[in-house]
Amino acid sequence: MKKTGLKWSNLYLILVFAILYIPIFYLIYYSFNEGGTMNSFTGFTWDHYKEVFSDTRLLVIVLDTLLVALLSSLIATFIGTMGALGIYYTKKRPMRNALLSVNNVLMVSPDVIIGASFLVFFTFLGIGLGFGSVLMSHVAFSIPIVVLMVLPKLKEMNDSMISAAHDLGANNWQVLSRVILPTILPGILAGYFMAFTYSLDDFAVTFFVTGNGFSTLSVEIYSRARQGVSLSINALSALMFVFALTLVIGYYFIMQHNINKKKKQRKLAEIEAVKMR
Amino acid sequence: MTTKKSKLFYFIPYSMWILLFVIAPILLIIYQSFFDVSGHFTFANYQTYFSSGTYLQMTISSVWYAFLITLFTFLVSYPTAYLLSKTKHKQLWLLLIILPTWINLLLKAYAFIGIFSSNGNVNGFLEFIGIGSKQILFTDVSFLFVATYIEIPFMILPIFNAVEEINPSYISASTDLGANAWQTFRRVIFPLTLNGVKSGVQAVFIPSLSLFMLTRLIGGNRVITLGTAIEQHFLVTQNWGMGSTIGVVLIAAMVIIMLLTGEKKKRGRKMK
Repeated sequence: MKKTGLKWSNLYLILVFAILYIPIFYLIYYSFNEGGTMNSFTGFTWDHYKEVFSDTRLLVIVLDTLLVALLSSLIATFIGTMGALGIYYTKKRPMRNALLSVNNVLMVSPDVIIGASFLVFFTFLGIGLGFGSVLMSHVAFSIPIVVLMVLPKLKEMNDSMISAAHDLGANNWQVLSRVILPTILPGILAGYFMAFTYSLDDFAVTFFVTGNGFSTLSVEIYSRARQGVSLSINALSALMFVFALTLVIGYYFIMQHNINKKKKQRKLAEIEAVKMR
Repeated sequence: MTTKKSKLFYFIPYSMWILLFVIAPILLIIYQSFFDVSGHFTFANYQTYFSSGTYLQMTISSVWYAFLITLFTFLVSYPTAYLLSKTKHKQLWLLLIILPTWINLLLKAYAFIGIFSSNGNVNGFLEFIGIGSKQILFTDVSFLFVATYIEIPFMILPIFNAVEEINPSYISASTDLGANAWQTFRRVIFPLTLNGVKSGVQAVFIPSLSLFMLTRLIGGNRVITLGTAIEQHFLVTQNWGMGSTIGVVLIAAMVIIMLLTGEKKKRGRKMK
């Protein structure tokens, strides 16, 4: 009985994995379709990829998207790390819990609320919509992720190292740059990485604050998908899948390099904790 | 240890962020909900919302859809998470579950436009087995399917973590005391994973209220969620006051969900 039970469970898992991956591979498969539809495969072609690479408007949007992601995650990592240090140094428990709850507000809010409220906010301040507003929004919703990734590292840190550094005559700046930052560096890198992927992935918030002149990849895909099927989107999605895969593999490679096996599982758990917001 | 001054220094950019991007936008959206299209202070938005049948019906159907999405996601995810924790190389499998969340949501939605289209593969299959082709895209069924598809990983993760945290000796103890597999599951495993289920519900239900891109791309405007209504009011009809009012309702719904599924309060422990 036990053996057949195991088989059924494997079958179930295979089914779930198949459902999760079929749409993605379906997209990639038809990106090579000579015919213009996602229904019948008539022949192999690279045309749709050529189309993507000759579409200057699309390439500009890709560059803009990457620029926003790189800049916003950099700024968010900076502010978020400082915030995490601030929360760490707040020793009063109620205050600390209050800060943590406020930190999590943007993590649990639906994207639509974040987008709409930022739109009201920018309009209220008279900030024009475009690159600046998108960048600021991305920084804003990435900061809490960075804080959540850095804080556990700060908690793991041995406090006596800091006392030791102070006793040995280090000033505050030296303690920060020589002791604290190197210790929490994995957390900071993880935060940067997560902020980067969040920024790349975001659609709803950007959609609200993007205005007319500026567009990111998600917004562009949305407006193209509303017009119906065009296989250049498939080609684009295949490229993005490869990009995401490279990022994830690269990230795990770096993490594996840094930490031993037991900690690796912890790391994964942290990422999950953030991913499941 | 560290002086007060440097503490303050850490806080300057962070508290600026809290003030400007967490507190101010929420206050502004509440403020905005009291103004009509021409900028006059009014309670009319709330009046319209609570007296007109359309808005209330829309809210109820949005909550109902979110409930269905959460339920289906749960039904698929719980066994998956449980069985995953029993496999070899579970960290690798888990990584494979997470990987699709790194693919842009819109691309996944776009894939379903192809799969569900009237000449698509699902219809081809239906025709093949003799049911005949049907309108699948732009129905509520397709919306529920795609939304469930997208949310599954977010439900699996917290449940998986909860299953992993169970002390295996509890299960041995339960078996030793004569419980069969079902009793062990119902009395020991499920109650212990309840917190994971709660955070999964939280992670799925709230976003499900606001998936406006899916209602547009897959639901073909047949399904209108709170998120769709907000997007419509802000970006199409430019009635920000009404949009903000619905936003306030959505925030309220979110707070209620957070309270219901909130952190392990002791009393929520007993489970029949």
